[in-house]
Order: sequence, then C-alpha cells, then structure tokens
Amino acid sequence: MPADPIIRVENLSAGYDGAVIMRNVNFTVNRGEVFVILGASGGGKSTLLKHMIGLYQPLTGRVFIDGDDIVSAEGEARYAILKKIGVMYQSGALFGSMTLLENVRLALEEYTALDDDAMDLLARTKLRLVGLDAFAGHMPAELSGGMQKRAAIARAMALDPMILFLDEPSAGLDPITSATLDELILRLADSLHITFVIVTHELASIYTVADRVIMLDRRKQGIIAEGDPKVLRDTSDDPWVRQFFRREAAVEPA
Amino acid sequence: MTALDSAVAAPAIATLAVANATDGSRELRLAGRLDAYSIAGVWWQARAEVQRMRDRRIVIDATAVDYCDGGGVAMLVDLLRQERPPTAPVVVRGLKREFQTLLDQFDPASLRAPAGAPPERLRSVEEIGRAALIVERDIVTQIAFIGETSSAIWYAIRNPHRVRWKDVWYTCEQVGVNALPIVALISFLLGLIIAFQSAVPMRQYGAELFVADLVGLSILRELGPLMTAILLAGRSGAAFAAEIGTMKVNEELNALTTMGLDPVRFLVVTRIIAALLTVPLLTLFADVIGIFGGAVTMVSFNIPILAYLREIDTLVDVKDLWAGLAKAPAFAILIAGIGCLRGLQTQSGASAVGISATRAVVSGIILLVVVDGIYAFIYYLLDI
Repeated sequence: MPADPIIRVENLSAGYDGAVIMRNVNFTVNRGEVFVILGASGGGKSTLLKHMIGLYQPLTGRVFIDGDDIVSAEGEARYAILKKIGVMYQSGALFGSMTLLENVRLALEEYTALDDDAMDLLARTKLRLVGLDAFAGHMPAELSGGMQKRAAIARAMALDPMILFLDEPSAGLDPITSATLDELILRLADSLHITFVIVTHELASIYTVADRVIMLDRRKQGIIAEGDPKVLRDTSDDPWVRQFFRREAAVEPA
Repeated sequence: MTALDSAVAAPAIATLAVANATDGSRELRLAGRLDAYSIAGVWWQARAEVQRMRDRRIVIDATAVDYCDGGGVAMLVDLLRQERPPTAPVVVRGLKREFQTLLDQFDPASLRAPAGAPPERLRSVEEIGRAALIVERDIVTQIAFIGETSSAIWYAIRNPHRVRWKDVWYTCEQVGVNALPIVALISFLLGLIIAFQSAVPMRQYGAELFVADLVGLSILRELGPLMTAILLAGRSGAAFAAEIGTMKVNEELNALTTMGLDPVRFLVVTRIIAALLTVPLLTLFADVIGIFGGAVTMVSFNIPILAYLREIDTLVDVKDLWAGLAKAPAFAILIAGIGCLRGLQTQSGASAVGISATRAVVSGIILLVVVDGIYAFIYYLLDI
C-alpha cells in the first residue's frame, strides 16, 4: 500500500497538572490501515487518543486530520473535521435516555435533511452492520457490554466517517465477543475502507487486526516502537517491547 | 494440617518473652500465632524492646511460632527495619521454612520510613488566600457560563428549528407538571400558616379581616415566586446536575462533543427553555393555591370567603401580581443554569455526581435569595 497519510501528528506534547506525559510525539496514520496504539496501563494511550480527536488541548504540537489541524480549528472548521471522524469510547457512552435507534439517528437528525423514514432506514442499516438491528428499540442499559460497544460503533458510523477511533474495544469482553469485534473491524475496514485507530492491549486482537502499531511508554514520554506487530515481536531491540509482545512477566524495563 | 484446622486448633494468641542470652545478646521469644488479629499486643512490646536495647544484638527466636501470615511478616519486617548500629543487628532465628520464604521477599532496609521533610502546613493567611482564589475562579466560570449560555439561547431564538423541542417538552413535564403536587402542598400550607399566625394576634384588635391583605401581598409579591423557585432548585436543579453529571461520568458529554454537538446547546438550552416556560406558570399556580390556603383559615375564623376575596381585591393591586411574576423568569434561568453548570463541572468518581447535585442546590438557593434581594431593592427604587 503506498503511504498516504490521513492523520499526521506533529511534535505533540501532552500532560496535565504540570506533569508531562508525552513529549514531541510524531507519527502518521495511512489511509485505509488499521492502526493500533499500544502501551502499558497508564501509559497515556487514551490520552493520546483524546488529543487526536480534539477533546484535549495539547501543550504543543498539531494533529492534522485529512489535512486540517484539529488543534487550532474552531467553529465551523472544527465541525467539518469532526464529521470525518467517529469515536467509540471505552464505556460505549451511548446516550442512556435514548434507544439504540435514536442513538444512531441523532447525528443524522442534526446534520442531514433526510425525512424520518429515511433516517430510520439509515440508522437500521448501521445497526445491521454490527448485527444489532433486532435490538433497535432497546435502551442501552438492557444490553450486554459487548453489544453496547457494537452499538457505539454503529453510532460512530452514522455519518460514514473516514476514520473510526476505538478506545479499548475488547476491554472487559470474553474472548469470543472480542474476536467477533475484531472480525467486525476487519470487515468494515475491507468493505468501507474506513481507517481505524485503536487503543488496546489485547495481544490476540492486535495480531489479528493491526497493520501497524506504535507503542507508548510513560517513562520515555513517547513512542518506543513502531511497525508491524509480528516483526516487532521477533526483531525489536528493546527487551521490554519483546516482552510485551510475547506476554512475558515484567522484568524492570531498561 | 490445613490452615482451617490450625486456625481452630491453635489458640489465636501471640506471646512474647524477653530474656538475656548467654552470649550477651537480648532474646525476644515469639510464640503462637502471628496474624493481623493476634499481633497487636506483642508488636509494640517487641518494638519498644528493640528501640530500648540500641547497643545490644537482638535475636528474635521464632522457633515456637506455629502460624505466621502477612500480618506477622509485617511485624518482623518492622522489627528488622529499625535503624541500628552495625555492631548490634536484629536477626530472626528459627522461623519455619514456609514462613521464612514469605519474609525473604521483603528487604527491610528498603522499607525504612523515609526521612523526608514533614508535609508542609499551610498558614491561615495562605488558606484564606487559596479559598478566595477558588471562589474567584468559581465566579469567573459562572460568568463565562452565563456568556456561553446566552449566546446559545440567542442562537436558539434565531434558529428555533435547531432546538430539540422533544427534549424541551419532556423537561417541561418533569419540571412543571410533576412538580404541581409538591408546589400545591407547600403553598397551600404557607397561605394557611401565615393567615393563622397573623390572625391570632390581629383578632385581639378586631382586625382579622386585614389578614387577607397580608396574605395576598406576601404570597403574590414574595413567597409565591420565592418558595416555588426554592422548591424547584431542590427538585429540578439537583436533577439537572445529576443527569448531566452522570452523562459526563459516562463519557456521554465527550461523545456529544466529538459528534460536533455542543453540550450547552444540546443539554443546557433545552432545560433553560423548559424552565422559562414552566416556572412562571408554577408561580401563578402557587399564588392561587396560597391565597386559597389563607381563605381556609379565614373561614375558620368566621370571615366569609367573599369578604376575604373582596378585601384582597381592594388593597392588592394587579401590579403586585406582576411584581411577583416578573421574578419567575430570572429564577428559572438561575435554577436551570446553575443545575446544568454544576452538572457540567462534575469530576470523575462515584461521589462526584452527588457533590454536583449538592452544589447545584446550595448555590442555586444562595443566588435565588440574592437575586430576590436585588428585585426588592429595584422595586423600592421604582416605588412598585
């Protein structure tokens, strides 16, 4: 695949309350790839993700989404960028007072001029994609954790974004549900050419879905490895990176 | 013997005996069961002994210890970690092998209490300064929030089709219709009680009839609007803060933001519009019920209800009714605005939503009373 960056993170430094978590982080995500952000718990993965979707303001640096900087964009320009992305949060973050269908419909109601029937049909097709069309009328609280996450993916896809960000899609799920999610990700990437940015530390899932990974480390305040996960597992110079990919117990990292 | 058997069989006590050994060292003989429940008595005794005998070698003889768990090991580590001259170490002897393995996992030297500086204590002046800073920041946030909300409401007025009216009507039901019983009860009792409290002394002067004016004026101008608002601050202000706070904790607010939907427009504006629509109506309702409450008392004082109403009609002007109702929109914005603001400010954690609801009620009521005072002052100046 020729390199065609859709996200470019430039010199990003982030932190809160005076503590710097990452310093001068640079990387790109190519169009159509499944890109995974890895790292130990508390390593700043979710923080990096929230900077990439414009929720947090970085200390320095810029994040270009399809050519536009989300850090400095305001007003209409910002909405234009946000329409290109969809986000699935760790908890699903479905709106608890709405049914699944209403959750998916919300963005359509706000941004399109479609009539009611059309919006219903569109929302149903999105639920269909994640296998939940039979639960369209259910409230989020009536569903299992895995279903909520799938519904959250359907909601994130409501406006057919170019990029989907998934925060820990398999956390807290059994292996079968989590494998189903992996399969869903691959299917969506193949059929709709969506670019995925996924935060996770499920090794099995990484080997299945990831085209490329970056690995964050809090002590080094940045990226310590980048590339194909299987290659990193076998050839990385960093003992800690190799340990991570082989799932070995911690020897204090150098 | 399993752990359970030993727990049943052995007496759950630990004992300590102190003796001088022949080689000049001090011997602490521990015996029995060393667990978190049994060691409290021997721990401080042993530590006192170790600290007292600073220049002598100390041997802890644990041969007679027949059970030792994490608690017991912690005690041994504590005795071993005490700062001592190299000529007078503390050693443990005779501990059973399985307990020794547990003890070996800890390095007593690394567990010494750090000799760092004691935590900095704030002087009272500094405390006052910090508290003032927090109040100042809170006021700045509130002003910024007022600006943000006003611009969102202005946007809603210019683009009424962008307002989520379904949410507005739903909130109207929550804030307005569902509050009718409690508003009715409180204002009825308020009218009844004011009339009763004032009728008893006024009757001595044969002036019971003027109670009608007192009830009419105080309910219409002051108590109707204020009590309704305070009730709603406790009811709906807290509910708004809790709803929005829970949404924040569940990342639903983040989800709105990344969908390009402004939480202020989406959640705050609908609630403020709903409050603006319902609070004046509720106030009017409270006025009517309050005056009716007064009437019940008057009737029991043998004053005909028509006389009561005529008296109110003579002295109480429609201007007094408007003076009360004019406060309702301001109160509505305050209650809904503060409730939403506190909800948006919710921190993370299980207690955060409760704290936000409490703050919504407290600052809501304070602001209500302040604004009511401002109204009283303006009315005085304008001679209304």
